[in-house]
Amino acid sequence: MKKHFLIVLALFFGNYLLMAQDDLMKELEQSQDKDTEYAFQTFKGTRLVNGHTIETKNKGTLEFIFAHRFGPVNGGLYELFGLDDAYVRLGLDYGITDNLSVSIGRNSVDKTMDGYVKYKLLRQSKGARNFPLTITALGGTAYKTSPKKEDALPGFENVHRLAYVGQLLIARKITPSLSLQIMPSFVHRNAVNKSFENNDDIAIGAGGRIKLTKSVAFTSEYYYRLNVPDGNPYKNTLGFGIDIETGGHVFQIVMTNTRGLTERAFLTETEGDFGDGDIHFGFNVTRTFQLKRK
Amino acid sequence: MKKKIQLVVYLALACSAVQAQKFVSEKNSISFFSDAAIEDIAAVNNKCSSIFNAATGDIVFSVPINGFEFEKSLMQEHFNEKYMESDKYPKSTFQGAIAGFDISKKEIQNVSASGKLTIHGVTKDLTIPGTIQQQGDKLLLKAKFVVKLVDYKITIPQLLWQNIAEQVDVTIDFTFKPQ
Repeated sequence: MKKHFLIVLALFFGNYLLMAQDDLMKELEQSQDKDTEYAFQTFKGTRLVNGHTIETKNKGTLEFIFAHRFGPVNGGLYELFGLDDAYVRLGLDYGITDNLSVSIGRNSVDKTMDGYVKYKLLRQSKGARNFPLTITALGGTAYKTSPKKEDALPGFENVHRLAYVGQLLIARKITPSLSLQIMPSFVHRNAVNKSFENNDDIAIGAGGRIKLTKSVAFTSEYYYRLNVPDGNPYKNTLGFGIDIETGGHVFQIVMTNTRGLTERAFLTETEGDFGDGDIHFGFNVTRTFQLKRK
Repeated sequence: MKKKIQLVVYLALACSAVQAQKFVSEKNSISFFSDAAIEDIAAVNNKCSSIFNAATGDIVFSVPINGFEFEKSLMQEHFNEKYMESDKYPKSTFQGAIAGFDISKKEIQNVSASGKLTIHGVTKDLTIPGTIQQQGDKLLLKAKFVVKLVDYKITIPQLLWQNIAEQVDVTIDFTFKPQ
């Protein structure tokens, strides 16, 4: 009896010692405050295909974006499948805070200058604070410098060159490799041809990315215009892309039916029909510079 | 019978003594440095926690991966997204025991911790040399060791300009207070 008791005792305390590290680990985990974990890198870049993603630049980082769309591939061999033409946007994005970015750029389509302000209103998070979505508000202005003043038609004023965009970008990083985004969008153009265009256009966009490897992702984007007037010749914009990330660079190789890179151009004035082969190849190449160290 | 009761009492006392000699981390810093061809990579984490049982020598560490702060925010994003996959493996842990620590000595003591280190979901047995110094009722613990990325299946995408060292020097600097 005595022997048995001692064995049980020995087993009990022996076990206690073996378990001690595990118990210590449990104790440690229980003592830790529950942190809020924010989703990061929902998308690799600040642009999905043509339009914006919820991503803003982090504080003190500057991104140079060189974006480029060729002509349509259905131009055939004569146009070298669109490669004879090229439309370029040069842009700079800068993070004032982790949630607030500004950007400027110039697109060769209609010789347009653009500027944006982008603010992350809410961030997807789990843990102490749980929220399922990241929501970013975007406001932008585009100013066509074409046509030249002396070439403009009578009655054309500088104010007619302006257009504005407002977007809510709403995204969720569903898994580490799958992110989806919807983009309710509003575009106002100061001057339009009233017979087939609106001054105010509303569109809803949807898009996403699937990571194929740690550095390569497939992206897509579609904008559906909700108030298209009768006789409007323009199309909804559709695009696909492959994102390749290499250190400080992101290369996006895209296929889209638009050549414009400002919302006015690609949301309301997309001429190409994807189904008819009006597909423009293009690139977005970004380089990030850390101007202020943390 | 008397002896038996005595034994139980001793063991119970021993266990409560074990309880009483626990230390918890008060200040914590785990940093790493890697000497890479293009640029050095360094980060520091002050969001770690640890409990040390001075009676048994048992020690545990918990390190939230997204707590590592880099000078460059893009580097931090890549560290979490591409290398450590912190969505999948949010924490690194160490679970082990310290040998060579004598609580009656006040000077700096050379100790070593042996146990299981888990990084990126991979667990390895390892022994880390370090020092403990008592300061009042507090313990200062310092250690340095090398982590080879390949041991923990941390793969480096071989793309164009990527150039990252294959091992990193990890420095641990903790202050413990009695629990």
